Amino acid sequence: MTFWLLLTVNSITFGGLLFLLSAGFSLIFGLMRIPNLTHGSLFMLGAYFGATFTTGYAGVALNFWVAAIVSALLVAAFGGLIERLLLRRLPGEQLAQVLVTLGISFMIADLCLMGWGGDPMSVATPSRLEGFARLGQLVFPIYRLAVILLAVVVAIVLWLMLDRTRLGAIIRAGVDDPEMARVVGIRVSGLFTIVFALGAGLAGFAGMIGTPILSVYPGLDQDMLPLALVVVILGGTGSLLGSFVGSMIIGLIYNFGQALLPELAYFVLFLPMLLVLVLRPQGLFGRHIP
Amino acid sequence: MSTVQRFALSLALLALATVPVWVTGAYYVNVTSQILLYAVFALGLNVLVGYAGLVSLGHAGLFGIACYAVAYLLAAGFGHNLSILGALVIGLGGTALFAALSLRAAGIGFIMITLALGEILWGLAYRWISITNGDNGISVATRPAPFGLSLASASGFYYATFIVFLLALAAAAVFARSPLGAALRGTRDQPRRMNALGYHVWMTRFWACMFSGLLTCVAGILFVYYNQFISPQTLALTSSAEVLLMVISGGAGTLLGPIVGAALVVIVKNIVSAYIERWNLMLGAIFVAIVIFMPEGLVPGTARLWRMGWRVLRHRANDVAVADTAGPKS
Repeated sequence: MTFWLLLTVNSITFGGLLFLLSAGFSLIFGLMRIPNLTHGSLFMLGAYFGATFTTGYAGVALNFWVAAIVSALLVAAFGGLIERLLLRRLPGEQLAQVLVTLGISFMIADLCLMGWGGDPMSVATPSRLEGFARLGQLVFPIYRLAVILLAVVVAIVLWLMLDRTRLGAIIRAGVDDPEMARVVGIRVSGLFTIVFALGAGLAGFAGMIGTPILSVYPGLDQDMLPLALVVVILGGTGSLLGSFVGSMIIGLIYNFGQALLPELAYFVLFLPMLLVLVLRPQGLFGRHIP
Repeated sequence: MSTVQRFALSLALLALATVPVWVTGAYYVNVTSQILLYAVFALGLNVLVGYAGLVSLGHAGLFGIACYAVAYLLAAGFGHNLSILGALVIGLGGTALFAALSLRAAGIGFIMITLALGEILWGLAYRWISITNGDNGISVATRPAPFGLSLASASGFYYATFIVFLLALAAAAVFARSPLGAALRGTRDQPRRMNALGYHVWMTRFWACMFSGLLTCVAGILFVYYNQFISPQTLALTSSAEVLLMVISGGAGTLLGPIVGAALVVIVKNIVSAYIERWNLMLGAIFVAIVIFMPEGLVPGTARLWRMGWRVLRHRANDVAVADTAGPKS
């Protein structure tokens, strides 16, 4: 019983991390109509930055949460630069943009290997969140509960931003119909940079938050990118709710798969994707993208 | 095809046919074998990228299925002929499933689905240890000896690869000129119009996937016999991207392009690996550079520059007129 409950908590925690990762992916896809193949690399970059800042860089070791925010901001700035300097040069050429993001992801992976070496790095759980919470006979690791809470908070903040603010209305207009948004005077291309940086920052933040659980190692990017892809294929592109539900489903399937069928854990991910592609190709909450 | 082109082509084929004679050193013969087997792979991917307009980022997965099938069947005690046949059947079965899923979408959706499928196949190769032996990979002890000819030496294997390459090239050429090839180009440019004309767009694309998968599996079988080893690294996203780079750098939708691209990538990879370890960094940088500076590929790009230069030379006297008739920017 405890095993199953703990497994469920772990799955939801992982789902929360996946949500932080895929929400940005989904927004970028919805607005720019490209799958951002650097997303796994941005996650890894956030984790490496965070690990470096917490263990101490140039004699200054940062607090866990400060390090998380600083690395998220750095990754966001980096994402904004990619959009400004490279993707901006290829307006409307989706294939070229995808290939550029693919090329950059290889470069980031190799540069990280150069900079941080091949050994896995880990970050200690922040001291206040160490240990377990007890509920009757059940114990839960506090940090994992905190990650779930954090994912829910981010989801609510993102939802409020998209649904209630002027910027959110502008982004939704850009996602729904870029041409009409341009016609009514919205600078959709300027929006690209904002959304790309936001998505990158979320990915970097997720990377840092995930380090105490996953640690960071070369190849983390290639582990996370397909998960983000499957979440978005499952949930539908450009939909926040879709990312959330998709993340939870994939988090559960992935963790239960790893516990029950360790050899085929990657393969069981394939099943929900197969079902969705056959029954509802646009994803659970997605609209058809022409 | 003009006489000059025909002459150049036969000269190139003659040179390729006699590589083990005029190239000294097994290393260089092996590099040429690699080029030819990757050319078969690139020709396979080109069917989708070039003629169908469907960019697959999961082809290394299909390639890997064929490799693992050969290695697994050989280890299970089947002979070479049965293993190769079995690998083709398994590979084509895998391709059919791959195509049925990924053809639920076109364009960007197709890229995403093929990427996810390719990564899942990679994960399977990595973690399904009872079948694939995980990270340790599977070794293949011997190469086959068709008609009693040994392929153990570098030149023996080269001739076998060359013959397979010629067959694949001929098949790709026939395919490109066939009604199916024409219909496929139609579905690339005007899917709705093709549908209205009564073509079954999905079925056309499906058969293109199958043909592409066939060439990919053939290349995979060559690869596993060339290396006599297969590990999950072969199925990684970087491998899919390398082949895509071959197709795009050479020029998608041409017959010669993927071959030139394969030669280019294999040679650069071998040279770079000899001096620095950072091949992936180079691969990424080349990708970005080609996409930004020469998006149509090296062969069409060079041809375009050549034609432009020729025209400028001819019309230097009245280049104002040339500028007027240069046509709209595409």
